[in-house]
Amino acid sequence: MKILVLISKVPDTTAKISFTENNTKFNTEGVQFILNPYDEWYALVRGIELKEANGGSVTVLNVGRADNDPIIRKALAIGADDAVRIDTDDLDALNVAKQIAAYAKDQNYDIILCGKETIDYNGSQVGGMVAQLLGLPYVSLATKLDLNGDTATLERDIQGGSEVIEVKLPFVASAAKGMAEARIPNMRGIMAARTKPLNVVQPVDAANATEVVEYSLPPSKQGCKFIDPDNVEELVELLHTEAKVI
Amino acid sequence: MSVLIYAEVSNGKLAKNAFESINYGAQTAQKLGTDAIALVLGEASDAADAGKYGVSKVLNYTGEAFKNLVPEYAVAAVVDAIEKTGADVIVFPHDYTGKAVAPMLAAKLDAGLVSGAVELPDNSNGFVVKKAVFSGKAFAHTKINTDKKIISVLPNSIGKNVGDGSAEVETVSFDVSGISTSYTVKEVKKESGEISLTEADIVVSAGRGLKGPENWGMIEELANVLGAATACSRPVADIGWRPHHEHVGQTGIAIRPNLYIAIGISGAIQHLAGVNGSKTIVVINTDPEAPFFKACDYGIVGDAFEVVPKLIEAFKKFKAEHQ
Ligand SMILES: Cc1cc2nc3c(=O)[nH]c(=O)nc-3n(C[C@H](O)[C@H](O)[C@H](O)COP(=O)(O)OP(=O)(O)OC[C@H]3O[C@@H](n4cnc5c(N)ncnc54)[C@H](O)[C@@H]3O)c2cc1C
Ligand SMILES: Nc1ncnc2c1ncn2[C@@H]1O[C@H](COP(=O)(O)O)[C@@H](O)[C@H]1O
Repeated sequence: MKILVLISKVPDTTAKISFTENNTKFNTEGVQFILNPYDEWYALVRGIELKEANGGSVTVLNVGRADNDPIIRKALAIGADDAVRIDTDDLDALNVAKQIAAYAKDQNYDIILCGKETIDYNGSQVGGMVAQLLGLPYVSLATKLDLNGDTATLERDIQGGSEVIEVKLPFVASAAKGMAEARIPNMRGIMAARTKPLNVVQPVDAANATEVVEYSLPPSKQGCKFIDPDNVEELVELLHTEAKVI
Repeated sequence: MSVLIYAEVSNGKLAKNAFESINYGAQTAQKLGTDAIALVLGEASDAADAGKYGVSKVLNYTGEAFKNLVPEYAVAAVVDAIEKTGADVIVFPHDYTGKAVAPMLAAKLDAGLVSGAVELPDNSNGFVVKKAVFSGKAFAHTKINTDKKIISVLPNSIGKNVGDGSAEVETVSFDVSGISTSYTVKEVKKESGEISLTEADIVVSAGRGLKGPENWGMIEELANVLGAATACSRPVADIGWRPHHEHVGQTGIAIRPNLYIAIGISGAIQHLAGVNGSKTIVVINTDPEAPFFKACDYGIVGDAFEVVPKLIEAFKKFKAEHQ
């Protein structure tokens, strides 16, 4: 069984969000970068569990520059067998998906897993695009994934409930909470990761379909209005007359 | 040229969030000086109501294939509708359905997609869509460079304006037998009765400050009085005090209700990431230094076990007076 897990690098969840160069660039000063939680906790760990149960290999793939190597090594330390980095900037989901599809199309992966979304751009785009480009079915926002021979059964959330999807290998799925339990790399994993292969691949030609022209921040809250706990009627009144939400 | 809106169906009717996408598409069409047409896949008895939200026409694709969402069929139907209407802007909801279909369509059409739009596109200099990024902590004004433009709208970001009018509904029977896919929907599980968290206008949420699962009775009662959905912080779901599907935040569900009431939740940044799009936030916490007080509109420094029962009475009284 050949499994591919798509991994991305994002700012730590507690990072302060600010911008430079006339609000056109994310200010990375003092920001720590991590492996995208959905990719790490759910997609990667489930991929490794499936390999452990069925044999085969887990490859992690990142589209990005050399400064992403530390997060790629982390994925190897958690238990991926080898890694591929496609050496280009990841500024547009469709471009990233084209890079991934161009690499994956001759590799015969049985399962391609990605995260539900990146926690910085919140796109939820790359997985579906890769599936379409490779002509594979796409199960998005999966919270569960089980295999039975060449058939997979997945659960995905829907409005007000969930649904059970059956699909034949090969397929692409995006992983949401529930799919697996996060794993912490151990010392042996970290040591082993140093010598696992990380292949750097050249990108294919592709244009960016979208580009961020500017960032902005939401208006800050006016400041909290405190209400006396013995006078909760005032809160009800304010919610009705001032905030107009009830 | 026109704007095509993917209007979602739920239980044989247009879904609640369909009206917001329709509104968004109709207003975009008006801005661009063109027509808006809604696309409805599957049976929707109230499809003509789309007219009230600003479209003049509905294309209703019917047949067994659209009973549940099979992304490949949905993509094929949208492509067919684009050919019929000459649409070059396609609008989706940024939800469980939009996230499944819109990226596939974008790759199929080789078109730029901006997901999670919070405002109408700005066409004064190119075609720029403002979208939420960093879990609602910032916005990215994203330009689409391709001729066809796909947008998915973040729920509860532009609201729903009802007018009057009725749309002409054209039924299209669409043959999917030429599309081969192994994707099959085996079962649909609906949580009946409960108000869905992402669609709720009001959400009552509680955290570790409540001390134990046995104390959620008053939270449910408060939610009941307000017709609200219930949510919780992550540790509460992790310890099993509340079901996982109630967990909101960075790693849980992101919500944007009109009113979010947070009780016994400290307001950690990962929690805020999932709720800071709410229009109005009320915080009840014993600790005046709780970070949540810096990110809310109304605050009560007090013990939930005293404040919440009083609040339930006050809301009941309000309801009785405003029937
Ligand atoms: C990578 C990562 C992702 C995370 N994702 C999420 C996420 O998605 N969602 C999320 O919620 N958290 C998330 N967290 C956890 C987050 O950092 C906080 O730990 C969590 O939100 C705290 O939950 P809490 O406010 O319920 O509990 P606590 O932090 O323990 O706060 C309890 C609060 O209750 C107050 N209190 C106590 N008694 C009372 C009383 N009688 N009446 C009123 N108030 C009282 C206290 O003053 C305190 O402020 C994440 C953390 C990490 C590291
Ligand atoms: N640069 C990248 N390289 C590899 N995989 C990526 C990259 N960007 C996004 N992905 C994958 O696609 C998922 C969805 O990303 P997004 O569409 O940006 O929200 C992520 O969770 C990753 O699994």
